[in-house]
Amino acid sequence: MARRSVPILRHLLTKPNAPAFAAQTRSVTYMPRPGDGAPRAVTLIPGDGIGPLVTNAVEQVMDAMHAPVYFEKYEVTGDMPRVPEEVIESIRKNKVCLKGGLATPMGGGVSSLNMQLRRELDLYASLVNCFNLRGLQTKHDNVDIVVIRENTEGEYSGLEHEVIPGVVESLKVITKFCSERIAKYAFEYAYLNNRKKVTAVHKANIMKLADGLFLESCREVASKYPGITYNEVIVDNCCMQLVSKPEQFDVMVTPNLYGNLVANTAAGIAGGTGVMPGGNVGAEHAVFEQGASAGNVGNQKILEKKKANPVALLLSSAMMLRHLQFPSFSDRLETAVERVILEGKFRTKDLGGHSSTQEVVDAVIAALD
Amino acid sequence: MASQLLRRAIGSRSTQFFSGSANPCPTLLSSSSPVARFFSSTSTPITATLFPGDGIGPEIAESVKQIFREAEVPIEWEEHYVGEQIDPRTQSFLTWESLESVRRNKVGLKGPMATPIGKGHRSLNLTLRKELNLYANVRPCYSLPGYKTRYDDVDLITIRENTEGEYSGLEHQVVRGVVESLKIITRQASLRVAEYAFHYAKAHGRERVSAIHKANIMQKTDGLFLKVHQLSIVAREVAEKYPDIKYEEVVIDNCCMMLVKNPALFDVLVMPNLYGDIISDLCAGLIGGLGLTPSCNIGEGGIALAEAVHGSAPDIAGKNLANPTALLLSAVTMLRHLELHDKADRIQDAILNTIAEGKYRTADLGGKSTTTDFTKAICDHL
Repeated sequence: MARRSVPILRHLLTKPNAPAFAAQTRSVTYMPRPGDGAPRAVTLIPGDGIGPLVTNAVEQVMDAMHAPVYFEKYEVTGDMPRVPEEVIESIRKNKVCLKGGLATPMGGGVSSLNMQLRRELDLYASLVNCFNLRGLQTKHDNVDIVVIRENTEGEYSGLEHEVIPGVVESLKVITKFCSERIAKYAFEYAYLNNRKKVTAVHKANIMKLADGLFLESCREVASKYPGITYNEVIVDNCCMQLVSKPEQFDVMVTPNLYGNLVANTAAGIAGGTGVMPGGNVGAEHAVFEQGASAGNVGNQKILEKKKANPVALLLSSAMMLRHLQFPSFSDRLETAVERVILEGKFRTKDLGGHSSTQEVVDAVIAALD
Repeated sequence: MASQLLRRAIGSRSTQFFSGSANPCPTLLSSSSPVARFFSSTSTPITATLFPGDGIGPEIAESVKQIFREAEVPIEWEEHYVGEQIDPRTQSFLTWESLESVRRNKVGLKGPMATPIGKGHRSLNLTLRKELNLYANVRPCYSLPGYKTRYDDVDLITIRENTEGEYSGLEHQVVRGVVESLKIITRQASLRVAEYAFHYAKAHGRERVSAIHKANIMQKTDGLFLKVHQLSIVAREVAEKYPDIKYEEVVIDNCCMMLVKNPALFDVLVMPNLYGDIISDLCAGLIGGLGLTPSCNIGEGGIALAEAVHGSAPDIAGKNLANPTALLLSAVTMLRHLELHDKADRIQDAILNTIAEGKYRTADLGGKSTTTDFTKAICDHL
């Protein structure tokens, strides 16, 4: 480490304006256990639409880094009635999965595969990190929000029926068990990542029992973390605050549907869903995917021109590498992506550039240390 | 138009005459009657109910009255205040007479109201919504020229179904630690709001209506909402021979993202209750907050109750600091509902010009003016 850091330090001293990335100034090294360098298997689901394009980007970059992961690839598409058993088995075995988007067919009685996967593997927490990338001009600065969303119940219970013709009911189910575990996860995340504030998003003024139960659980957990500030915000006000003063938010914990909306809004103000990493995690397994809009797989035009933005999934795979305890690989990947964005020469259309996916990938590979 | 006004005036006159002795509550404003008399020579004034509300309400209502007087709007206000105690007929602090007044006049303007804390009564807004059958909430959101926010090309309308959906109030505990909350979507209510949305789009020269939904997850409830809209647009196209309004469907999460990335992508948005609540507030945030957002509620039988959706701000009440813009713009939507477009344009332009000029702004917009100065400036711009 010392040998490595000397030239970097010299480099930094000669160019005082050069961006100092966290990875380069690390002074304490990561001491692995013997055998930690053994390659790990990761289930890979390329998915629909732009999915294959961006997962391929990740494969290329992982190859270029010689990252100690290898992929078990499975073709799954959104119009399948179920996620194939072998895919579930593979994820159960590998514990970690990387996935492109799966389109959710509208109507027609097919339930979302994204949801099935979450349900089946009990991936109860969805995490999206929405932050400003350096050099990327957006409407708001200083955004760094982590949205932690309950992923298994609430409005997504799937319990719906027609009472009489022309009257339909949908059940929103909130349980103490699920509310408590998501609240615990949110506070644990805040504690482990040195975050200072957790905000619970709710609509308990209208849904007094359901969202009330969610808030009650959050409050109980909050009382065990005196070092972390806890506050509550009503979901409509939350969205209004997000578009006017997003810097006030840190970690947010939400029931299912609100989390979906809040994460997308937060992603929108910080640069769009094309750059926000995220994943779903449960007690046993973790599935990494682009942060917001798992069901949004891009339109045909982007697909044909091969101009999908791979940044979100690249950053998600950096999250995955850190999850697999390969911190230096993760740092290298993040640093390379940040450099490419900061430089601004290779950006896809959603970030105001003209580059294709492959050009961005090549730039990232070139920027790797 | 003239006959409509006449009918309205006659209708309101006769009922007033009828109920005048029975209840002393609706008092015609003495301050507005000279205007009324002045106008009776040209056209008969329309009677509208006014709830000044609490906190800053009376101040900003005064501002509206003053500007309407100055702009010679043929409206006579019938002022109503929230009662001192619970009216058993409405189970709320709103009196029956107040509700009757809105039903009779069919138009009203409402300032912010603070629902008193305590049990055994319904919230004021809920009472109004239920009793008057206010099924749609319409909020025009447009960037105010000269008042800089991070989003400067907003011009959209949110129309929110207001009676059912997630706000049905049906909740129960199944077993300890498991709670269910019901979301109800009915064909009838969806149809009502769909028709209004398309009607609104057409009447206001809008080109596109987007239905906001989450039908990929809630396939039956939001599915029904969408289906009704599809049928409704098809019915319109058949009836009118040519499709003058474009219709599209957008998933709510994507809508949130697109709104904050490029709000100019949307025109008229129509949505179920909860989504409407969230999106309309988000849009208000885009243009600078609830203090600048007009709102109008549409009820059965052509009732329109315009309202300021911001709070009653008790901390600055009576200090002459409140910003009357939201209530003024709401009053403008009320005029548009009455098809008094020339008056509406005049007042709206005056408001926008005053804010754009920037000389007179209230504290919330970064100025130092008092409510009365701001109001006077608007009157000067008329």
